[in-house]
Amino acid sequence: MASDTSKRSSYFLISPMALIFAVFLVIPLLTIVVVSFWDYDEYRILPDFILENYKYLLGSSVTWSIYLNTLKYAVLTWVFTLLIGFTVAYFLAFHVRSLTWQIVLFMLCTIPFWTSNIIRMISWIPFLGRNGLLNSALINLGIVDQPLEFLLFSDFAVVLADVHLYTLFMVVPIFNSMMRIDRSLIEAARDAGASGFETLKSVIVPLSKPGIAIGSIFVITVVMGDFITVRLMSGGQSASVGLQISNEIGLLQYPAAAASAVVLLITVLLIVTALLRLVDIRKEL
Amino acid sequence: MALLTKTRERRPTSFYFLAAFFALFVLFLYGPMLTIFILSFQGENGGLTFPMNGFSFHWFGNLFEQQAVGDFGGSFSRSLKLGLIVMVVTVVVSFMAGLAFRKRFRGDSVIFYLAIASLIVPSILISLGIGLLFNIVEWQPQWFTSALGAHLTWTFPFGLLIMFAVFNRFDPSYEEAARDLGASNWQTIQYVVLPMVGPSLIGVAMFSFTLSYDEFARTLMTAGALNTLPLEIYGMTTNVTTPVLYALGTVTTGFSFLVIALALGAVAIMRRRKGQKA
Repeated sequence: MASDTSKRSSYFLISPMALIFAVFLVIPLLTIVVVSFWDYDEYRILPDFILENYKYLLGSSVTWSIYLNTLKYAVLTWVFTLLIGFTVAYFLAFHVRSLTWQIVLFMLCTIPFWTSNIIRMISWIPFLGRNGLLNSALINLGIVDQPLEFLLFSDFAVVLADVHLYTLFMVVPIFNSMMRIDRSLIEAARDAGASGFETLKSVIVPLSKPGIAIGSIFVITVVMGDFITVRLMSGGQSASVGLQISNEIGLLQYPAAAASAVVLLITVLLIVTALLRLVDIRKEL
Repeated sequence: MALLTKTRERRPTSFYFLAAFFALFVLFLYGPMLTIFILSFQGENGGLTFPMNGFSFHWFGNLFEQQAVGDFGGSFSRSLKLGLIVMVVTVVVSFMAGLAFRKRFRGDSVIFYLAIASLIVPSILISLGIGLLFNIVEWQPQWFTSALGAHLTWTFPFGLLIMFAVFNRFDPSYEEAARDLGASNWQTIQYVVLPMVGPSLIGVAMFSFTLSYDEFARTLMTAGALNTLPLEIYGMTTNVTTPVLYALGTVTTGFSFLVIALALGAVAIMRRRKGQKA
């Protein structure tokens, strides 16, 4: 009897969340799948069952080059955020000795996350632009005599902005993993004669793997689906899968956008499944 | 004594390299924001880049003129209201879900994986899906219906994960004690559980408000006819070429900082109260 009421109260407590996920996550994703088989003309979408959207999408060489480009952004961003994020987390976890300082410095890293992404992208313009700070500095120092054009509105700018926006997604889970490492293990490694680098390589990195995996999932999925960074920072000169979808939405070609969305979703899920083999998320909380 | 000797222990050389790296990282995070903060005080004839052409509040004034930059006031108040609704709903629903997850129930892993999925499905897909759904059933998308739902799919996973972290470290013997003393379920939650998880709930509140306040991709197809602030800012990036853009950046970033400060202040006050009671 008691367990019956407690079960019922569990269902009652979870129902608002379940309902929202059903209406605004599950049904919309199913809608995308259904609409990806629909037809369309200039004005509306027409219920149907056709494979044209997929045939066109997968048969076009543009699609493949866009995917390649998006993967390039994802991989580059992943490498840089991982290297920077790991180093920052390592510093915070093992070199900052007082808890107060750890909290203060950690907060310092997280605060920008609470501000608008778009504003953070825009904030690169005065720095990277043709007449921006970096170009003026380089010219004044005599390093270059023409302003460098590739700084803003380029692949470089896209990856820079991605790294700027998302390194925190690496720092937080890796820091979390590192803080759980038993300090006596590191003492033991040192007593056994391991150098700082050896300790890092054979104790800290392996034990930080769950954090690395979670951070990687965040960074890779967010960059794979991104369209606004690519549009703003490449100045419309580069494409990504997300941008292609948003362009198709702009042209009201919803079934085409839906087909692209389904392919993107499958790609992202495959990547995540591969990364999840490395970690059990529920154990990490 | 032990503490004193510990601080005197010599730091390895690697510490200084890593500290320098960390300082550069912080500069990388804050530097660009600082430049637009300075440039938002650009003189009336100044442009989007340095040098500063005088110093003025001209661009801030410009922000509040309707004609100059779209509907700043309207979009700001919509984003504020939406953020507050998202915040209240997320705190209440995540707390309830957190309580539910303390026991196993059928379908618990389904909800858990839905939350994870909600976090990793690209935002533009949520936007597209909800937009299509509303289109097909012929409902009018509105910021307080479709956009609200879209934002909740983004804030719930964070709220739920924070609640997991909180309840994993929560000692149930306090509740048992309350119940032994004759407290009802509701009294136990009100007088025992809520005060203990209060600071974390403030964290969830701050998380969900700012995530909603800054959300762009999920609002794109779900906001309906009236823009939220991020949509308005995005529109400005394509057609505004004056420092008014930076003034807007400074104002909204300042507002975000204010929210963080309020949240931290609230947590500090709660901690102190708890300390006094004990």
